[in-house]
Amino acid sequence: MSELTANHDEHSHHPTGIKRWLTTTNHKDIGTMYLVFSLIMFFIGGAMAMIIRLELFQPGLQFVDPQFYNSMVTMHALIMIFGVVMPAWTGFANWLVPMMIGAPDMALPRLNNWSFWILPFAFSLLLITLFLPGGAPAGGWTMYPPLVLQTGAAFPFLIFAVHFLGASSIGGAINVLATVFNMRAPGMTLLKLPLFVWTWIITGFLLVASLPVLAGAVTMLLTDKFFGTSFFSAAGGGDPVMFQHIFWFFGHPEVYILILPAFGVVSAIIPTFCRKPLFGYNSMVYAVAAIAFLSFIVWAHHMFTVGMPLAGELFFMYTTVLIAVPTGVKVFNWVATMWKSAMTFETPMLFAIGFVILFTIGGFSGLMLGVTPVDFQYHDTYFVVAHFHYVLVTGAVYSLMAATYFWLPKWTGYMYDEALGKWHFWLSTISVNVLFFPQHFLGLAGMPRRIPDYSVQFAEFNVISSVGGFVYGLSQLLFVYIIVKCVRGGQKATDRVWEGAQGLEWTLASPPPYHSFNTPPDPSTIDGGVR
Amino acid sequence: MSESTDYYVPEPSYWPIIATIALFIIFLGAALTFNVGSGGAPILVLGFVMLGVVFFGWFGEVIRESENGVYSDQVDVSFRMGMSWFIFSEVMFFAAFFGALYYARMYSVPWLGGEGSGAATNEFLWPEFTTAWPLFEPPSTYAFDSFKETIGAWGIPFWNTAILLTSGGTVTWAHWGLIKGNRLQLISGLALTVALGVIFVGLQADEYAHAYNDLGLTLNSGIYGATFFLLTGFHGFHVTMGTIMLAVILARSIKGHFTPKNHFAFEAVAWYWHFVDVVWIGLFIFVYWL
Repeated sequence: MSELTANHDEHSHHPTGIKRWLTTTNHKDIGTMYLVFSLIMFFIGGAMAMIIRLELFQPGLQFVDPQFYNSMVTMHALIMIFGVVMPAWTGFANWLVPMMIGAPDMALPRLNNWSFWILPFAFSLLLITLFLPGGAPAGGWTMYPPLVLQTGAAFPFLIFAVHFLGASSIGGAINVLATVFNMRAPGMTLLKLPLFVWTWIITGFLLVASLPVLAGAVTMLLTDKFFGTSFFSAAGGGDPVMFQHIFWFFGHPEVYILILPAFGVVSAIIPTFCRKPLFGYNSMVYAVAAIAFLSFIVWAHHMFTVGMPLAGELFFMYTTVLIAVPTGVKVFNWVATMWKSAMTFETPMLFAIGFVILFTIGGFSGLMLGVTPVDFQYHDTYFVVAHFHYVLVTGAVYSLMAATYFWLPKWTGYMYDEALGKWHFWLSTISVNVLFFPQHFLGLAGMPRRIPDYSVQFAEFNVISSVGGFVYGLSQLLFVYIIVKCVRGGQKATDRVWEGAQGLEWTLASPPPYHSFNTPPDPSTIDGGVR
Repeated sequence: MSESTDYYVPEPSYWPIIATIALFIIFLGAALTFNVGSGGAPILVLGFVMLGVVFFGWFGEVIRESENGVYSDQVDVSFRMGMSWFIFSEVMFFAAFFGALYYARMYSVPWLGGEGSGAATNEFLWPEFTTAWPLFEPPSTYAFDSFKETIGAWGIPFWNTAILLTSGGTVTWAHWGLIKGNRLQLISGLALTVALGVIFVGLQADEYAHAYNDLGLTLNSGIYGATFFLLTGFHGFHVTMGTIMLAVILARSIKGHFTPKNHFAFEAVAWYWHFVDVVWIGLFIFVYWL
């Protein structure tokens, strides 16, 4: 194989310098750009989180005024969701999907380049608002009217940034879907696909189905503000709550857009370091599909307290709690894979195990929030903040870290520094729990979210949380250092990299050739490879 | 790219980044226009001109590649899948506005009238308000206008339905001509379809003028006006785009571009046309008729 790929590499001609990156149609170049962009945005969004934790370090107003604080909350969320986790998953899909299914590249390479380059421009539109009169959007990333309609000059920038980002995500999703359905190597049947590919099929479907709805919702905001329509104004026969319904019809599938690829990553890493096939492959696929289906009929659990009819409250409670079933299937399958296996604990495995435990904590608090009567107490408190940070930071972001450590040697051809990786894991894991676990108690005690000041009885837990936050933030600098060090060189990685690694991407050289599989791989390498 | 391969990966291209910059300029110009009035207009125009250049340049590149025969069957399938998913995303875009219409009719307007759990809302906000659809009198005529009459289903909208359904037939007839290798049938079928599209948009524009000038039905006419104009407006925009796409396909057919086996662009446009057709059926039933 390596002889063959070396031969192909000589044929891979491409422009150099900035032109290479501006014009590239190569899935690896585009994947790299996505991932680097995501990492940069992680630190911009993270800096905003540091400002939030700094302000909350003690009661009273210390550093920023409330308007700016709310801008930070809003922008932190938009950046972390649309600028970090979503682009990172698309970046991983770009790098990995063609290699995993035995294809030379993505199905629609120019669309691929376009989907990426929209991102920096869309975030320019969004970040420019920090310097506009009235400041950046401060009504929360959920953009509820009528509050969001009071945004100053930033308002149309916010709306258009969302449109722009949506176009990028839809383009990226269409590309992945077309690639998986059309570019699979002969013999790569659907139920042989690695789970990362499967979770991305479902994620792609969710993206294409839900982001246009968000586009519609923000378009209605725009016309309400500038063209005199009354979608969200009761005075004209509309309803502000209607926005929440439309928004969360997008918003809940969006949650699974952020987390489903994480399931795929963890399903790749755990079997590798357990040296054992994944337990219950088929049930994993069906569970992901079931979660995706349910994600479209649970949206109003985000709005139990707005005054819905009782039948609505009950329906959305039952469907929400039902999601625990397929999610439980997945968690039990991961644990069953580990059962009586020969485990080793390299950094990707540490992050994957951290994911399983900590994501499950976030899942449990989600169940608590899903029960309507108790949600009336938890709604809009720090309990909600703790919940979604457990699923998004120790869930989505942890799996992104795990995936980075897992595939980085394949991409760069060098091993990362294992000792530093372990330091990164332990520093992150201790600090992230110091950061977010006390927020459960704050929420249960009644501390509301999105407010820069708080009552003095919340002071101790906020100090603890802020200290955890600063340590967690600083620990991520180590992550960058490890990546840069690995890119620059180190111990050479083998083609298979990990002893127990299974799948087509490990049959390619490390680093892989510019175009992954110019000739389809031998079907016999597929069978044993993927489960 | 290796020559030993069946796969096709296009050469590096500047069009995506230019397209991005064009859209960025459009958004910037529109945002400035909204914020400070007409100041953003020149920027907006620049953006649209750039976008037009992108359409010619990027699609032109794809057409040249296609005509030079560099695309394999696999690339053809990728394009088809891409277009199908794109149309699905468009369906979901319209779903948001249909959802708003249903929500307004089923919940928000009846609740404002005191139905269900809305008794207190009605009593404290607008006690004189009564539920009706079409909602001629919005709850508050301070911020929003009342209007006299809606556009009836059985006038122009009915004829527009007939026009669009017929155009769906003519484009299929043109497709049959293409498959049989009958150029006359292909070109005349497409020309008819374009003509019907233009007539539809013209009638729709006329209807808007009537609504604004004679009926007092505007974007500001409460939730009825909002849903009516955004649903029919976005549909009209899609018909306009579809008509332009059909015109391009017509021009390409006249130049002799398609073969009975290789005509993805034709089919993509035909699918798109059927999609706007189906959306219109939904509009006719739920916006105009019921």
